Amino acid sequence: MEKENSIMPLFYKITLFFLTLSGFGQMPIFKRYYIADIPGLGWLANFHITHLMHYIFAGIFISLVVYSSLDFIIFRIDSARITKIIIIKIIIYLGLIITGILMIIKNFSGTPFSPNFIILLALSHFLFCILLLFFLGYHLTKKFKT
Amino acid sequence: MTARISRRAFLKGSVTIAGAMAASAPVARAAKAIGKDKKEHIATLIDISKCIGCEECVYACQKANQAKYPNPEKPFPKMYPKRVPIEDWSEKKDVTDRLTPYNWLYIQNATAIVNNEEIELTIPRRCMHCDNPPCVKLCPWGAAQQEDNGLSKINSDICLGGSKCKNVCPWDIPQRQTGTGLYLDLLPSFAGNGVMYKCDRCYNRLEKGKVPACIEACSENVQIIGKKSDILKKAHTLAKKINGYIYGEYENGGTNTIYVSPVPFDKLNNSIKKGKGKPHLGKAKDSMALGNNIAKAMLIAPIAGIAAIAGKFYRASKENK
Ligand code: SF4
Ligand code: SF4
Ligand code: SF4
Repeated sequence: MEKENSIMPLFYKITLFFLTLSGFGQMPIFKRYYIADIPGLGWLANFHITHLMHYIFAGIFISLVVYSSLDFIIFRIDSARITKIIIIKIIIYLGLIITGILMIIKNFSGTPFSPNFIILLALSHFLFCILLLFFLGYHLTKKFKT
Repeated sequence: MTARISRRAFLKGSVTIAGAMAASAPVARAAKAIGKDKKEHIATLIDISKCIGCEECVYACQKANQAKYPNPEKPFPKMYPKRVPIEDWSEKKDVTDRLTPYNWLYIQNATAIVNNEEIELTIPRRCMHCDNPPCVKLCPWGAAQQEDNGLSKINSDICLGGSKCKNVCPWDIPQRQTGTGLYLDLLPSFAGNGVMYKCDRCYNRLEKGKVPACIEACSENVQIIGKKSDILKKAHTLAKKINGYIYGEYENGGTNTIYVSPVPFDKLNNSIKKGKGKPHLGKAKDSMALGNNIAKAMLIAPIAGIAAIAGKFYRASKENK
């Protein structure tokens, strides 16, 4: 278990880093703010590449979340304390995954989502991402303090 | 070291894994069904051989869409960093030899040899109204929108002018006007840069049962509009009759603008002027295809998670024995 306990958070960290990076890459900001000019980061200005990257890391993220959830239900639910922090994390992860999956479906030809629903999806996916960043920031500062 | 589990946990684990497997099946079915029952698109057929280049369609488009054109506020807000380009067409509204925020349709000229004779061809160019438009699908805010009938348009009330739609469009169609739109009310110096404009298929005329202004104005009946399946049939019949060529049926995975020409399109593409606001007539691969194929492959993601936990569960139950 020890090995897994140290590897899983690392997997999550790497996946969330690339998901956030490629997610922000969906907005036209990396070129404007010279980030794509840094040698080796030119691909951040290529929307097709960041789009594909976002999909690939979203796939990895979903596998991780499914794994952790089942792991929790099977092995740890009896002994674990379900804290407020865990509930917030679950809500944010679920929000990101559900809005993300709907956005993936939207990208297929002929999906029947109305333009207003698509705006709502885009905004809520973005909002969940901001909540996640706040959550991770809060978590990190707390960790440093202790 | 592996986790050890009790008999009760064993039963619970088995049920949980079986439940998770069962839950992933409808997801796979839903993904298969995506796009199967879409409403038929409307499309246009553009018979290049009929066009005489009179530009009546261009002026009709400008007249019909006048009210949708930008009225930028000047001076423009200072933008940071300095590299952000100001794109101002408000003093060049009468430019008609390329696409601009004030000109959504223009006539491209080409020369070609037909039956050993050099001929001039004129080609009306505007948004192709792709079947699965990347400008719409990749817009970060949903400002670029597609209607059920296949037409795509940019909502000028919410577009921030980041130009991503132009960047991902295989023909670089949308054109930007700085100093207008929602970005002025947000952080005008740091995010956004105006509004993107392009042909919106005269959606408001279509809603009233009228045909688009460019089609109505053309005395040569260069364009016809109708159900995509009918338009494709007509395009193929015409191409057969004139021994001609088709463009737009497969480009970018399929579009709702079907050109028929007596000359191969690669020859036309070599002859036309291309560049800013002047789209090509060359190859355009389906820009959404790779992403959507990866998306289908992503169905494996939950299954991979379930498989991994099943492995752990198996190891734990074996150790328990
Ligand atoms: S499409 Fe018709 S109106 Fe437009 S330039 Fe050609 S002939 Fe003239
Ligand atoms: S041609 Fe370009 S602007 Fe028009 S629908 Fe296709 S991707 Fe969008
Ligand atoms: S369909 Fe309407 S908006 Fe598009 S080019 Fe024709 S007149 Fe202009």
